Amino acid sequence: MISLAGRDILHAWGKFVFTGIGLGLLIGVTLSMAGIYRGMVDDAKALLDNSGADLWVVQQDTLGPYAESSSIYDDLWRGIRGLPGVAEAANVTYLTMQVRRGSEDVRAMVSGIAAGAPGTPGWPPFLIAGRQITRGHYEAVADVASGFKIGDRLQIRRNQYTVVGLTRRMVSSNGDPMVFIPLKDAQEAQFLKDNDAIHQQRRRTAENPAFNRPGVPGLLAAINASQSANSNVNAVLVRVKAGADGAATAETIRRWKRLQVYDRKEMEGILVGKLIATSARQIATFLVILSIVSAAIVAFIIYTLTLGKIREIAVLKLIGTKNRTIAAMILQQAIALGLIGFVVGKIVATFWAPHFPKYVLLMPLDSLRGFFVVVVICVLSSLIAIRAALKVDPAEAIGG
Amino acid sequence: MKRLPIQPRTLALLAVLIPLVALFVYVALRSGPLAPVPVTVAAVEERSVAPGLFGIGTVEARYRYQIGPTAPGRLKSLAVEVGDAVEAGQLLGEMDPVDLDERIRAQQAALKSAEARTREAEARHDYALSQVRRYEPLLAERAASEEIVAGKRSELRIAEAALNGTREELSRLRAELKALDAQRGHLRLEAPVAGLVAAREIDPGTSVVAGQTVLELIDPQSLWIDVRFDQINARGLAVGLAADIVLRSRGEETRLPGKVLRLEPLADAVTEELLAKVVFAELPDPLPPLGELAEVTVDLPPLPATPAIPNAAIQRRDDQLGVWRVVDERPEFSPVELGAADLDGWIQVRRGLAVGDRIVVYSRAPLSPRSRMKEVETLQEIRP
Repeated sequence: MISLAGRDILHAWGKFVFTGIGLGLLIGVTLSMAGIYRGMVDDAKALLDNSGADLWVVQQDTLGPYAESSSIYDDLWRGIRGLPGVAEAANVTYLTMQVRRGSEDVRAMVSGIAAGAPGTPGWPPFLIAGRQITRGHYEAVADVASGFKIGDRLQIRRNQYTVVGLTRRMVSSNGDPMVFIPLKDAQEAQFLKDNDAIHQQRRRTAENPAFNRPGVPGLLAAINASQSANSNVNAVLVRVKAGADGAATAETIRRWKRLQVYDRKEMEGILVGKLIATSARQIATFLVILSIVSAAIVAFIIYTLTLGKIREIAVLKLIGTKNRTIAAMILQQAIALGLIGFVVGKIVATFWAPHFPKYVLLMPLDSLRGFFVVVVICVLSSLIAIRAALKVDPAEAIGG
Repeated sequence: MKRLPIQPRTLALLAVLIPLVALFVYVALRSGPLAPVPVTVAAVEERSVAPGLFGIGTVEARYRYQIGPTAPGRLKSLAVEVGDAVEAGQLLGEMDPVDLDERIRAQQAALKSAEARTREAEARHDYALSQVRRYEPLLAERAASEEIVAGKRSELRIAEAALNGTREELSRLRAELKALDAQRGHLRLEAPVAGLVAAREIDPGTSVVAGQTVLELIDPQSLWIDVRFDQINARGLAVGLAADIVLRSRGEETRLPGKVLRLEPLADAVTEELLAKVVFAELPDPLPPLGELAEVTVDLPPLPATPAIPNAAIQRRDDQLGVWRVVDERPEFSPVELGAADLDGWIQVRRGLAVGDRIVVYSRAPLSPRSRMKEVETLQEIRP
């Protein structure tokens, strides 16, 4: 028994393979689109994973610190640390800003991490070069995607920081690379103004007769000092003791500390469900459209391939080939085309994924799903071609 | 032999398809979760860790003299400008005396008139005394009556009392004049020590309240740095330790030697910092301005050599700090107990690792016990 489909493919294999490669590029785009969506969700999850926290303690009635701004006093962690079930509590600040390096700037999320040792919640969990922060000020660990190198000096607001370590996949929910700096510096960066603004503020205060009274020397200095002090952070990251009930600890904090607490699941809900929901739906919609377009193109290709050999099919019919054999030939060709397309698509998607500016996550499960979808689409689209082939009049083989 | 003509075509098709499939298998295994994680591996070293403490502070003067009037008034003149060096006792400025000079002159006149009154009282006293001395012998010889002598004695006592009264008045007026002089003296603003004028807060003509600072003097020889160390990283801070001082204006290159002079007994409870004073071994020239930011690194004596690892290797896994040890080319998490750390990122291992153990320092992604690893020299991301 010879394979009719194989023989036919071999007859014009160049055309067939190139069609497959073209289809593959299209499938590659679709797979990448799915990867972009997955990457987006993964970015949000990476942010949570990297913080190393079980509970996020934020300002009451806010969805902070990622989805909304949250501001709490920086000594609240002491009270939280003392609660039963709490293994570690650490202050943290987050601020998305342009970080200057020389004349250019990089968009980054600057995270202020509490003083301590590696492993403290908020610290980068692993590095790819350099070392963790050891000094309490003016050192930074940056995500490699920011383009910084070890030893680079970067400027955040008024201070210069030396990059001492590099890490990877530490991103904000927007995919901006993170830069870790000591908490006290970050508090300054977040709440202190630039020199000009401070100067202007001092001048305004000095001109205000209420703050600069002749009979009360020292009042102006006191007010200026209080204006430039900051004792706020965005959140307290809490690590729960092994075996302790995180929900009970969260409830205690909520009830007695009058603060909002989120656990990992709720935080993921906020990030994925609220923060990136619109962009994710945008991409999902596009993914659906792209899939429909791909399906339509596959159908056209198979249809035109079949129409191209309609005369041969008529001959086959004329010599008494069974309809089933002809249908099987078209179906096998369609699936073979789909297979080539899928393989090429997977390969190109893998190769161009790292070149996207944001993270593209190609999940094996997605590829598997994509594979079945491709096969199903090929089967479905071959049906139209099969119908056209079976309708052909054997007389066309000699006539026409 | 029948299929031979087709074979080149089949070969060509296979030539395209086989690399494609091979590439696909490679891609499926080398990317995604199935791919091995590139890691860099290092051996645990026996090395001495010299812990360092890092703090920031501001340049301050140990002695600051805030000079101002003791009574409210108006500033008349100032003789110095900011930056002037002054001697101890030098006149720096003066308050407006308003009516003080006139009051002193009135006091002087009152003193003179009191002196005149005293002289008058003395003359009366002398006369009364001579009268008594003349009449007393006459009474003895019965040449004068007892009544007359008693009258003379009474006059003498009255003159004595008047004289004492005027003398006391005189000393009161003298004391008052002295008080006015002292007040006049306090209108002069003088340098209590030799120093440098650091601030000139008020200009002549301004009314000031008692105790308000007009000028601020500092002793430039007494510059020190008020340093703050985070409490969590301040283990081992002690008086007398050598320190490296970097002034913000002079940059990393100019490291000035110094030492810890004092640890403040009171820590900052709000900022969770310890406070210390660090002095320069030799005062820099030119002097740094007060309030300039300084970074201070205090080097503690090196500790005896122990197993040590880079802090980049430390990871947290299920409540435990540890490192990924390479065992049979597989990662195995070893919990460790850590000791002192230095500022270059080396950290002592008290328990959990032995010298020569191979550990993962950098990894391209977080590891798990099931991860496959691939050892590399440096990770691909940071290769130039």
